[in-house]
Amino acid sequence: MKILIKGGRVIDSANNIDKVTDIFVDNGVISDIGDDLELEGIEMEVIDASGKIVSPGLVDMHCHLRDPGQEYKEDIETGTRSAAMGGITSVACMPNTKPVIDSEAVVSYIRNRAKEVGYVNVYPIGAISKGLEGKELAEIGELKFAGAVAISDDGRPVVASGLMRRAMEYADMFDMTVISHCEDLGLADGGHMNEGYMSTYLGLRGITRAAEEVMVSRDIIIAEATGTAIHIAHVSTRGSVELVRQAKKRGVRVTCETCPHYFTLTENAVDGFNTNAKMNPPLRTDDDVEAIKEGLKDGTIDCIVTDHAPHHIDEKNCEFALALNGIVGFETSLGLGLEYLVKPGVLTLNELIEKMSVNPSRILGLSKGKLSVGGCADITIFNPDEEWTVDISKFESKSKNSPYDGFKLCGKPEYVIVNGDIIVNQGVLL
Amino acid sequence: MKKDLLGLKDLSADNINNILETAETMKLILSQPNKKTPHLQGKTVVNLFYENSTRTRLSFELAAKYMSANAANITASGSSVQKGETLIDTAETINAMGTDILVMRHSMSGAPHLIAPLLSASVINAGDGMDEHPTQALLDMLTIKEKKGGFKGLKVAIVGDINHSRVVRSNIYGLTKLGAEVSVGGPSTLIPPGMEKMGVKVFKSIHEAIVDADVVMGLRIQLERQKSGLFPSLREYYRFFGIDEKRLKFAKPDALVMHPGPVNRGVEFSSSVIDGDQSVINEQVTNGVAVRMAVMYILSRGGFAD
Repeated sequence: MKILIKGGRVIDSANNIDKVTDIFVDNGVISDIGDDLELEGIEMEVIDASGKIVSPGLVDMHCHLRDPGQEYKEDIETGTRSAAMGGITSVACMPNTKPVIDSEAVVSYIRNRAKEVGYVNVYPIGAISKGLEGKELAEIGELKFAGAVAISDDGRPVVASGLMRRAMEYADMFDMTVISHCEDLGLADGGHMNEGYMSTYLGLRGITRAAEEVMVSRDIIIAEATGTAIHIAHVSTRGSVELVRQAKKRGVRVTCETCPHYFTLTENAVDGFNTNAKMNPPLRTDDDVEAIKEGLKDGTIDCIVTDHAPHHIDEKNCEFALALNGIVGFETSLGLGLEYLVKPGVLTLNELIEKMSVNPSRILGLSKGKLSVGGCADITIFNPDEEWTVDISKFESKSKNSPYDGFKLCGKPEYVIVNGDIIVNQGVLL
Repeated sequence: MKKDLLGLKDLSADNINNILETAETMKLILSQPNKKTPHLQGKTVVNLFYENSTRTRLSFELAAKYMSANAANITASGSSVQKGETLIDTAETINAMGTDILVMRHSMSGAPHLIAPLLSASVINAGDGMDEHPTQALLDMLTIKEKKGGFKGLKVAIVGDINHSRVVRSNIYGLTKLGAEVSVGGPSTLIPPGMEKMGVKVFKSIHEAIVDADVVMGLRIQLERQKSGLFPSLREYYRFFGIDEKRLKFAKPDALVMHPGPVNRGVEFSSSVIDGDQSVINEQVTNGVAVRMAVMYILSRGGFAD
């Protein structure tokens, strides 16, 4: 397939490009970038991108595809369809599948299945510990060579500090990113939402912010003491942002991510026992939202990830305490970033794309997040000013657990190109 | 109109006054030799209890029967809950059998809020997790109103396990709406954050909490809180927060002693205080029946005005 993308504003900070120009895609790769490309007599698809942003395809380094094992929530096909509709061309999926991604067999299954039915690139994340049990290291070397791009016990903390230290040292040898789900279970104390006025008001058990921050501190200290790297998952509190900020100043090899819900919603969203506002870490307060935005702006927070966590309606339409944690996020993340960060001037478009594509790609060691001649053609094209309304019934995901139904956002992906193929055309998934 | 009673959070001062006035009328029925009225004749009241309860369940059952309703009880251990049925399915099944009023107690906050919009029956919250227990607060308020004549400027001190108490939350919403001042006291590990924002004063010492109080309400201290590390022992609780005759003197001389029950003698109060002249604990129980009759009466006639 040959595609000419004409007249769009091409933003590619990896190559220091931000200008209106053309891109020519041929046979899966970007074969030319330049103004007014003349390509007479070639049969090709022409995309008129004038007034639109042409961005490297978005890279979401934290999601749950539920496949294998929980296909009633999501599978690789529906999950990647959902990602594509959100302008995401590469996803890294967490290992809390059934069975857990702690062996070459499961990594291979996911990669092969993604090749068969996937709409976007899928990169498995392996487990830190066998079975996510927090006892023995998983075979991290084997996972790496099978194709896993990072390791994490996401959903659960690695409680044993000694095991976490060894995981970080061992993974460093293979240049594997370790992603830490930071939660001190003793401090979290079986809570269901942020601890504060709202938890008192609703009579729900609260989770103190200390539960997250204690573990962020621990992992930073281990990274600093051993000279290894750590990536902190889904940062949600002011304290965590500050801990990462200070650690970065000291030269600790720490990176971190947040999710759209931590800069768009607060614990108030839980009022009325709204289970679609239940996640882990929990939604916090206005002050935390402010701190997350500051952390995004000053570069403390490297990435915006979705933590796409599909759940069946019966797992949400129940007592709050029984409802499972998490929300679907693929199809709203770009719109939320544009509406809540770019529109009010917290981030520039360039910075948003860095956090949603360039940085996650770099942290995982992928050759994505850029628009280089000769490089693979993963491209997302959107109009950042076009308003749209979230309608969860239209989601491609099997699950609809989103707190954003009816939200007015701006910037919906109009064209999504993965490995040189158009998979979303004028907003329609092909 | 609101067809349900989920909490006092949702009711106006007028709604609450209306319940209390209706309950005063209902109380006349309770003092008759033949306690029967036809107000709920032909109506069906189902008590669905997912937590153990003696007094609340019996109180609702008798209230329904005194008003000639058909009353049935379901306890979680004897129902489809054990077969893994969801709460929504159970509630819809009960609704489909012609239930007019479903009284539910559940260990999880928000459980009645989940089912109420799905059912044609009125739902009465008989206690949900740590959220609310509206009829308990209403019977407390009826007792206070009878003894003190009103609520304006009254000082109500609530002492004990504030964090885990649905009774305290409902009382705070109800009492503050009718103009009372509420102060709470208890071990700092049993006081949740943000209480001040609910319009109450928080005290760490029992004396400060109850000084000049018109009402001293104790809340049940559960032994399981000790086991989960929230305080060292019942013995130490009593030493610092238990109310005996000496401590009670910090409150006004005619202060009411109240407790939602069941009481741990020698933990929240000394036996001498429980059995003393200022105690209205047994009157609270009587008023519980009257208040529940009033609530069911109002709900069977359209519900609460918006």
